[in-house]
Amino acid sequence: MTHSPTSVENLALPIPATAATPGNLPIVDGREVAIAVEAVTKIYGTRTILDKISLSVFKGELLVILGGSGSGKSTLLRLMAGLIPFEGGNLIGLGKNMSDMSVDDLSTYRKSVGVLFQSGALFNSMTVAENVALPLREHTTLDEDTIDIIVKIKLELVGLRQHSDKLPSELSGGMKKRAGLARALAMDPQILFYDEPSAGLDPVTSAEIDLLMMDMNKKLGVTSVVVTHEMDSAFRIADRMVLLDRGKFIASGTVQEMKDSADPLVHQFIFGLPDGPLTQRRLASGYVDDLLGPEP
Amino acid sequence: MNLVLSPILDILGMIGGVSQLLSQTARLAPRALMSAQGRRLGWRNLWAQMDRVGVRSIAIICLVMSCIGAILALQMAPVLADFGQVSRVADIIAIAVARELGPLVTAIVLTGFAGASIAAEMGTMVVSEEVEALESHAIDPIRFLVVPRILATTIMMVYLAAIGDLAGALGGMSLSWVVLKIDPNVYIQHSFDILKVRDFVTGLAKAGVFGAIISGMACHLGLTVRGGALGVGTATTRTVVLTIVALIIVDLLFTGVFYFLKL
Repeated sequence: MTHSPTSVENLALPIPATAATPGNLPIVDGREVAIAVEAVTKIYGTRTILDKISLSVFKGELLVILGGSGSGKSTLLRLMAGLIPFEGGNLIGLGKNMSDMSVDDLSTYRKSVGVLFQSGALFNSMTVAENVALPLREHTTLDEDTIDIIVKIKLELVGLRQHSDKLPSELSGGMKKRAGLARALAMDPQILFYDEPSAGLDPVTSAEIDLLMMDMNKKLGVTSVVVTHEMDSAFRIADRMVLLDRGKFIASGTVQEMKDSADPLVHQFIFGLPDGPLTQRRLASGYVDDLLGPEP
Repeated sequence: MNLVLSPILDILGMIGGVSQLLSQTARLAPRALMSAQGRRLGWRNLWAQMDRVGVRSIAIICLVMSCIGAILALQMAPVLADFGQVSRVADIIAIAVARELGPLVTAIVLTGFAGASIAAEMGTMVVSEEVEALESHAIDPIRFLVVPRILATTIMMVYLAAIGDLAGALGGMSLSWVVLKIDPNVYIQHSFDILKVRDFVTGLAKAGVFGAIISGMACHLGLTVRGGALGVGTATTRTVVLTIVALIIVDLLFTGVFYFLKL
C-alpha cells in the first residue's frame, strides 16, 4: 500500500520486453497481465485528463477505479476498452500494444472485451433479446436457433429471461443495467468494463448489480474493471482499488489498505467526509477573487 | 474576424463531414448488404428504413403535391385566359411538376418528415451512449446506422418524387376539370404532348441527389451532437433549416447545368 501522491504515479509493474508476445498475456511476478497501461497521456483540447499514468490489470481480478467527478476515470476505462485514442505512452490489451493495432486488430480486441455503459446504452428500437443477439448476429455465422439459445443463457445469467421480448423503454433502471450486462457478455469477453454500474440505482438494486459483477468475475473468471465513486459498492466488490485524482493515481491497495490509509485526501474520499483537502481545494479556487474581483 | 470566419468554417466542416459520410456509404454499402453478416441484418435494416422514410410519407406527399398542382392551375388560369389558352394550364403544370416542383417539394417535405427524425434519432443515440456501445461491440456505426438510412432515403426519394409528380398532375387535372371546366382527356393529351422523357429523368436524377443530401446532413448533424437534450433539439432544427437551404442551392446548380446542356 502506498500513500503519497508521488509514490503511486506508476502502478504498472515493469513488463519484460519478451513477455508481451501477441496473443499471449505478459506474465509479471507469476501473474498474467490482462491490460498494462504504461505512462499513458490523454488530452482533450488544452486539458490534460490523464497525465502519464501507469496501471496493471491482472487476469481474473476485479479492479475498482475510484475518483471524483472529472478525475478521468471514465476516460481511462474507455481507453482500456479501445474506444478512444491516446496521446502518449503504451497500452497493452490482451498482449497486444494498442498503438500498433490495425483496424482489424482493434476490432478483434473489442470483440474480446465487454463494456457496461452507465446508462445501459441499450438500442431502444430493439427488444432485450435482439440487443443481446446483435453482437452474435454481427460477428458469428451461428444459426438463429443457436443464437436464440445463447441469448436465453445470457439473459438467465442476469435474471432477465422472462423479459426478453420487452423494449428498453419498458425496463427499470436496474433491469436496463442487467440487460446491458447480458449484451456485454454475449461474445464471452475476457475482460468486462463497468462504467458507474450503480449510478442512479436504489441500494437494493445496486447490491444486486454488485453481486452480478462478482458472479461474473468469480464464476466465469472474467477480468473486471469497475469505475465508480459509490464507496459501499466498491468496498463490497473490489479485489484491489486505485484512486484517481486530477489525472494521476494517488493510492492503490486492497479495501482494508485503502481504509487504513493515512493520506488525508484518500481518507476523505474513502469515507466521504465533508471536511478535508478535497473541500479545501474547491474553496481555495479563487472564490473571493471571483466574487469581489482581483485586488487593485 | 471570427464572426465572418466561424460560420464559413462551420459550413466547410459540414460539407466535408457530409461528403465523407456519403463516400463511406458508397464504399461500405456492398459489404453492408452482401457479406454474410450484411445479408442477415443489412437488408432488414434497409427495408425498415425504406418503410420509415418512404412508405409512411407517401400520404403527406400526395396531399401536398396535389394541392401544389391545384394551386398552379388556379394561379395560371387567369393569365392564360387573357390569351385564350386556358387548356395550356396542363402544359405548365406538367413541366413545372416533373422538372422542378415534384422533386423539390417532395424533398422539402421529406426533410421535415424524415430528415428531422433521423437527426433526432442519431443525436439521441449519441447522447445515450448507443453509438459508443456499437463501437464497443466492434460494430461500425457508419455501416450499421448511416448506410441503411442514406440508401433508403436516396432510393425512396426517387420513388416519392415520381409519386409526387403523379399527385401534382392529378391535383391540377382535378381542379381544372371542376373549376376551369377543362376536359380530363384534353388535360392528359396536353400533358403527354409537352412532356419528354428527359423531363422525368432530370427530375428523378435530382430527386436521388436530394435524398442523399437529406440523409447525409441528418446523419452528420445527428452524429455530431454534443450537450444532451439541448444538443439534440439544436441538431434537429439545424438539420431542417440547413438541408432546405442546401436543397435549393443544389437545385439551382442542377437547373443551371441542365439549362446550359439544353436538357
